[in-house]
Amino acid sequence: MPLPPPEALPALKDLLYRMADDALIIGHRHSEWTGLGPILEEDIAFSSIAQDKLGHAYALYQLLHELGEPEPDHAAFLRDAPQFRCCHLVEYPNGGYDFSLMRHLLFDLAEQWRYHLLERSSYEPLAQLARKVRGEIKYHVFHATQWVVHLGAQGTEESHERMQQALLQALPLALGIFEPSDFEEILVDYGIFPGERVLQSHWWETLLPILERAQLRVPPLETLTPAYGGRRGQHTEYLQPLLDEMTEVFRSDPTAQW
Amino acid sequence: MVTEQHIWQELAQVADPEIPTLSITEMGIVAAVELDPQRRSVCVKITPTFVGCPAIELIRREIEQRLMRLPLEEVRVEVTYDPPWNSNRLSPRARELLRNFGIAPPPEYAGTDFPLQLLQEAVPCPYCGGTNTVLQTPFGPTLCRALHYCYDCRQTFEQFKPV
Repeated sequence: MPLPPPEALPALKDLLYRMADDALIIGHRHSEWTGLGPILEEDIAFSSIAQDKLGHAYALYQLLHELGEPEPDHAAFLRDAPQFRCCHLVEYPNGGYDFSLMRHLLFDLAEQWRYHLLERSSYEPLAQLARKVRGEIKYHVFHATQWVVHLGAQGTEESHERMQQALLQALPLALGIFEPSDFEEILVDYGIFPGERVLQSHWWETLLPILERAQLRVPPLETLTPAYGGRRGQHTEYLQPLLDEMTEVFRSDPTAQW
Repeated sequence: MVTEQHIWQELAQVADPEIPTLSITEMGIVAAVELDPQRRSVCVKITPTFVGCPAIELIRREIEQRLMRLPLEEVRVEVTYDPPWNSNRLSPRARELLRNFGIAPPPEYAGTDFPLQLLQEAVPCPYCGGTNTVLQTPFGPTLCRALHYCYDCRQTFEQFKPV
């Protein structure tokens, strides 16, 4: 496995932890719809997407492991909230289906762009994963877009209003995905990743036409306060209880063979 | 002496745990076989259909068990995403077997990046052959399957989805 230059290693690890933790936590949230989805097809959709996200998280923790970090199960199950680098968006409870769908769209559109930009990463193992994940995320964005447009523009007054409220709630949280990193310059200099600012502008440009199709009103970007902190280990009150529940069985005997 | 051909013959016997009529070679999961006859060691590289495919560990174990029966000192199975698996890697025979199993095969497409418009095209029903069908949801009982409905024979059917 090719190793990055030592001076770029902390930056690369930080990027990988952000991505892996996002995927793990949103995967867990999506899996909470299993058995509870509003219709069977949606139950299966969220469960399948959850499975994909856990797969992505595992692959990213595996890359971290090859860079000297703990093995995937330990990274996922034996850290506490302050050690996580996920954004606040993925931590929020599912709430209603409106919020879950809107979060799913805002998150996956960013994931799609992130992996797209990483396809040309100088860190080849990450570039290979990005090329692999492309086909999977395409389905995630397809699913989210279809439902947000459907409920926003083709449903009832109530469904429109609820999607509008979900957008207003989720948008500042979604901006937290792109929380600036101290490592940004190194990532750019070494050709590992073009950076969160570049990512955010691609995301925003692609998001607007979808929200327009959904007939949703978009507040001006400058009026929104991004929910930062997650990338530095400052999380919402929702993360630790999620971790407690998710890791309960594993922590009861971390050495057990499954 | 073990040859690469022997290895491929053994790999052709390894069934996909989720669709057991298919072998992993017909599915295009085997990316490479690296045999070192001098050291009697082999490394099999597999490229999973989906990153989160839960069958990967089973497939890995099955490959190891089979190949350890050959006169080899070392058998390794590595997961790779190079090349990334896509549904065009399914062999013509795999497509035929899928159809007989009751799962519509994915349409083939040019290049390695499937166009989303493909999802709008009617998929022939594996039960009656009818083309009056519609995609119900791209998410089915496993990560690699989608659900369609056939208006001709009025049945829901599964499709191995294009990726």
